[in-house]
Amino acid sequence: MKKNKRLNNVGIVLFFFGPALLAFEVVFMIPFFVGLYLTFTNWHIINNDWSFIGFSNYVEVFRDKTFLTQLEFTIWYVLFTVLISNFLAFFIALALTSGVKGERWLRAGYFTPNLIGGIVLGYLWQTLFSRVLPFLGEKYGWAWFETSWLTSTDKAFWALVIATSWQLAGYLMIIYIAGFSGVPKDVLEAASIDGANRWTILRKIVLRLSVPAIVVCIFLSLSRSFLTYDLNLSLTKGGPFGSTELATYHIVQKAFLSNQYAIGQAEAIILFIIVAAVALTQSYLLKKLEVEA
Amino acid sequence: MAAQRISGILKNTIMYVGLFIFLLPFLLVILNSFKKTQHFIENPISWPKSFNFSNYVEAFDKMNFMQGFMNTFLITLFSVLLIILFAAMTGYLFVRFKWKVNKILFFTMLAAMTVPFQVIMIPLVMIYGNLGLLDSKLVLIFMYIGFGIPLGVFMFHGFIKGISYELEESSFIDGCNRQRTFFQIILPLLRPIIVTLAVLDVLWIWNDYLLPSLVLLSPDNRTLPLSTYAFFSSYSVDYGPLMAALVMTIIPVLILYIILQDYVIKGISEGAIK
Repeated sequence: MKKNKRLNNVGIVLFFFGPALLAFEVVFMIPFFVGLYLTFTNWHIINNDWSFIGFSNYVEVFRDKTFLTQLEFTIWYVLFTVLISNFLAFFIALALTSGVKGERWLRAGYFTPNLIGGIVLGYLWQTLFSRVLPFLGEKYGWAWFETSWLTSTDKAFWALVIATSWQLAGYLMIIYIAGFSGVPKDVLEAASIDGANRWTILRKIVLRLSVPAIVVCIFLSLSRSFLTYDLNLSLTKGGPFGSTELATYHIVQKAFLSNQYAIGQAEAIILFIIVAAVALTQSYLLKKLEVEA
Repeated sequence: MAAQRISGILKNTIMYVGLFIFLLPFLLVILNSFKKTQHFIENPISWPKSFNFSNYVEAFDKMNFMQGFMNTFLITLFSVLLIILFAAMTGYLFVRFKWKVNKILFFTMLAAMTVPFQVIMIPLVMIYGNLGLLDSKLVLIFMYIGFGIPLGVFMFHGFIKGISYELEESSFIDGCNRQRTFFQIILPLLRPIIVTLAVLDVLWIWNDYLLPSLVLLSPDNRTLPLSTYAFFSSYSVDYGPLMAALVMTIIPVLILYIILQDYVIKGISEGAIK
């Protein structure tokens, strides 16, 4: 009887968990460990040689000047994207929660850039930067816009930052709005009766009480911008002359064009470690500022 | 009082003008999608002379829009439905059967949520390529299930923990088995999480480029992001049809958004907090 119940339980577990477990193991876990092992081997598409070579793939990655330059480029891109998108999102959210008419419509409107994926986003902005802005620049003599931004490295960098921030800001705004709704009205009222001006209220109360939302938003914007690929492909295609290749773009090229799978995988793992380290550090540091209402 | 009113009006105006500027890129693409390429190059900010759909007809045909749309639709639909079903079942199991192995698996899934796709893609292509399983929509759906399961399990797990066990007990007493209890009693209660998860997963899978670009190799299997990319790569200077292609790619999600906007906004804010 007891054994029967046990069997029955195993049957239930297989029924409820079987499909999910199978997909998770076969699509995620196995590739994850194969990938980890791959970075320590000599594997190449021609030799299919799985012999262990220690850390030499990782050493190779750190010797690769191109990859290091692109990693640095990625870090600058992430830094400005995170700052600009969060700044924009924070103030749009603040304005929308302070009694603007048609808040619901405005909120829905600012969110729309998030309906499109990186490929469409990139082509949309490519048209603006390579056609519309130079047209305006020539017509009105704005030297800044006269040539396409995508033909110079510095300006293409800003094109990437602007396009990403445009999309991210609407997403983060939603999270900030949810965060602000946790700020109790009576605390704000008490503060304004006590004679605190708006700036003080913003700095001392709203900002401090929305730390959890800020942590989430910075976390999200960090990981999304560190891993950008589609936009990079469609907006600049890494150009001009490979100068705007972000880390993921480099990894995809390394693996699937140069067929250097093991090194590409080592780069992917290094990228993952960097993202995880930065994301955890920021949430650890910011959480210290958290206060209870 | 008057000063406050003026500042209120000012704030409203700024927010609406701001939104207009914010959405200007969309407006420009829509306007230009009705112009001949030559007019577009002469003046990309003018109002179109007439609203003529020839660019749309051309783009529809050349990028094989219908096929891309159907591929994307089927892949998104089945992936999202199956992620929701399997994740709900697993989340339920993890709450009701507190075995050690289940706890370990649950934490493995939590850890997996932090691993970016970039770390999986190279071995994934190696393994599935070796097995000859690439270039299949079914395999792609299976992969989306694998990648989508952890977040789903996490969200359902949190919600099911809050459902009282008594509800199920009474159904067992009535003679229902686990499976029936789950489908008839528990699943209907999960609606709020199902909606949130559906929103997050539809936006992700519909617009995804990197994974399908590695898996779906033949043109017949292309999803909309892939066919947009292919179209732009091969007609790089023919702006009229290109703009029409962008508008057509955006429209399906936009329609869905207009119908479900409140759910989408709610889904995003709740998904992020968790």
